[in-house]
Amino acid sequence: MNKEVAIVGVGWSGFRPSTSEVSYKELMYEAAVRAYADAGVDPRRDIESFVTVAEDFIEGTSIFDEYVPDQLGAALKSVQTITGDGLHGLATGYMLIRTGMFDLVAIEGHSKASNIQTLDSIVGYAQDPVLNRPLRLNTHFVAGLEMQRYLYDSGATIEHCAAVVVKNRRNALKNPLASYPANLTPEDVMHGPPLAWPLGRLETATPVDGSVVMVLASGKKAAELTDKPIWILGTGWCNGPASLESREWGTLPYVGKAAQMAYRQAGIGDPWNEVDFAEIDDTYAYRELQSLEALGMCSFGEAGELLMQGVFDANGEFPVNVSGGSLGVGHLLEGTGLHRALEAVLQLRGEAGAHQIEGAQIGLAQSWRGVPTTSAAVAIFGN
Amino acid sequence: MGMRKVAVIGAGMTKFVRRALETPKELSWEAAKMALDSCELTMDDVDGVCFGTAPDAFDGVHMNGEYCSDGAGAWNKPFMRSFVGGGTGVFVPIQGWYHVASGLFDVVLVVAEEKMSSYYPHAQAAFLTIFDHTTERPLKPNLLWIFALEMNRYMTTYGIPKEDIARVSVQHKRNAANHPCALLGEPNITVEDVLNSEVLAWPVQRFDVSPVSDGAVALVLAAEHVAKRLTDKPVWIEGVGWHLDTAYWTNRDLAYPRYVEYAARMAYEMAGIKEPRKEIHIAEPYDPFDYKVLHHLEGLQLAERGKAVELYLSGAAAPDGDLPICPSGGLLGVGNPIAAAGLMKVAELFWQLRGEAGARQVPGQPKRGLAQAWGDLMQVGTVVVMGR
Repeated sequence: MNKEVAIVGVGWSGFRPSTSEVSYKELMYEAAVRAYADAGVDPRRDIESFVTVAEDFIEGTSIFDEYVPDQLGAALKSVQTITGDGLHGLATGYMLIRTGMFDLVAIEGHSKASNIQTLDSIVGYAQDPVLNRPLRLNTHFVAGLEMQRYLYDSGATIEHCAAVVVKNRRNALKNPLASYPANLTPEDVMHGPPLAWPLGRLETATPVDGSVVMVLASGKKAAELTDKPIWILGTGWCNGPASLESREWGTLPYVGKAAQMAYRQAGIGDPWNEVDFAEIDDTYAYRELQSLEALGMCSFGEAGELLMQGVFDANGEFPVNVSGGSLGVGHLLEGTGLHRALEAVLQLRGEAGAHQIEGAQIGLAQSWRGVPTTSAAVAIFGN
Repeated sequence: MGMRKVAVIGAGMTKFVRRALETPKELSWEAAKMALDSCELTMDDVDGVCFGTAPDAFDGVHMNGEYCSDGAGAWNKPFMRSFVGGGTGVFVPIQGWYHVASGLFDVVLVVAEEKMSSYYPHAQAAFLTIFDHTTERPLKPNLLWIFALEMNRYMTTYGIPKEDIARVSVQHKRNAANHPCALLGEPNITVEDVLNSEVLAWPVQRFDVSPVSDGAVALVLAAEHVAKRLTDKPVWIEGVGWHLDTAYWTNRDLAYPRYVEYAARMAYEMAGIKEPRKEIHIAEPYDPFDYKVLHHLEGLQLAERGKAVELYLSGAAAPDGDLPICPSGGLLGVGNPIAAAGLMKVAELFWQLRGEAGARQVPGQPKRGLAQAWGDLMQVGTVVVMGR
């Protein structure tokens, strides 16, 4: 068994609302070439196994895994596809290396959202075909319901949710990968167009195109390849109840369970004091507050107030989504978790440029698979 | 290498039928419950769930894994769905293996489900969307045509007559007559029946092909210390392998599945197998079409190129032969709910190696078996070697 697993190479491409000059294969190729160069490895010679995350309906192709190997240098090699978030893919690579059978594994996640004309109606096909779909409700209604229940249960306010948007899009001003940086006021957000009341359009992340590739290595291999490995200290993932009718709406127990699994592996007992920064789910602004509470960073109903005090600001006590998050950078669909992991790697390497957090040693990334799922994943990284 | 040992300790399977009345969630749970009951565990004992199902297009459900997750038992539990097309059924136990071998999990439930009948009138149409959107889909290809090309290539390369290939279908459908879950078991089927069946796309005829089906299969995997506590008859996962070839299948040598060879070599190396023909006692190669079995036996190094059919002609492939092949009845006989069919093969090894296969039990107390699946654009091989 390899106990230690490190990220030894990262590469990315796209991170723009539209990439009409390249196909999804070329987008993946660009990210892969950069990641392999960053790690100093040759995929044909060195990398033993490959993992992609993708969903058929989003790709517009059934059994999409068919179209993965060529552009990653993975043809006639051990390749698998996970229908999960990028962090599920990362956890898969982590497990593969820990078995002791592999020393080098590549993980890929991507979005070619600009190819999709009707994303909301495609996501609508994720609703239960018998019980929910006949209601013909726009898919964001689930988020609107959840936000309303969260506000009611926790005492958090619409102002708190608007402040998440203001913070993340302001953070994005310093991130060259961000597509939606802006200087907004809370009023701009609250008076923006409604989406599924009380949820507003500006509180919802916009999809962008992009691909992220990471090269994972066993501890022994990492020592040969790099002098700044970023260690994967723990991974966790969890599904709550799949049906809308049987879930908890105010809180996110599945995020909590995923986090507990990751904390246990990383030996973290007090996340607030032991983790230095977090890149977490902000697909909808209220989810950032809900997720912080589920991750155990504060007690239930407390995140909004702490946010207003500036605790989660880029220069605050516990920076959250200093990259700009999905609200500021854009949402990479299945690749989103790897965007968050990429930010964590760059921060821990000290390569985050204008939005570098000084002295960061432990970072956390967390993802959610979007409505109507209760599927979340967490990863913890250290330098 | 000091790898963590992983055992299969329980298995369950629904009937394979043409049109199940159960929803995908219900099929998943039925198999999962049977697998748990077989080793006297409950969901409280399960640390995580691995799930397999082939394209979402069958059910018309986006993120079909998430939709089925609670049915598969993942209620407040770690859950992941992997997919490698038709190879998925033998890949999910590999996914379960690395969950346990990584040290993160002690007990994992592995579930594979497929409901093809939701696609109306026939699931074949869903396969149009597996082809390249630019270069192939405009031709409106049908999977049967593609396999007709491959079958023809295989027959032509080695000069194998159709009546010899039909022996595969006859053997498997006869084997399936003893399987309580089988859809197409036929104890009295003959080579003539196969040769006289309707031509679908020459040289493929109706009885050369496995049926569209619904069904689910589940296994319980456990780490060594748990397995030894729970059962006297653990069946160990000794080797796993998977390889995916290029998406450009039109450039491929259609007479020989190199990706299956690579996957097999990976599994053999892990299992320490040097001479597979001598060290494998029972084989469940993937048989959605009769010629595919021959193709795969050659890729698996269980027969020389062009010679696999001799295993059938000599009787070696029969349940009482020296290398029983698909004693379950395979996809040709039991049915082909895609992901579930692959996992059915692994479940069959589990039952055969434990001596629990009932009327299908092969003689000679086999010690080691191999299951293999294949899929995508004639592109992926997945292999599991198990032993007791």
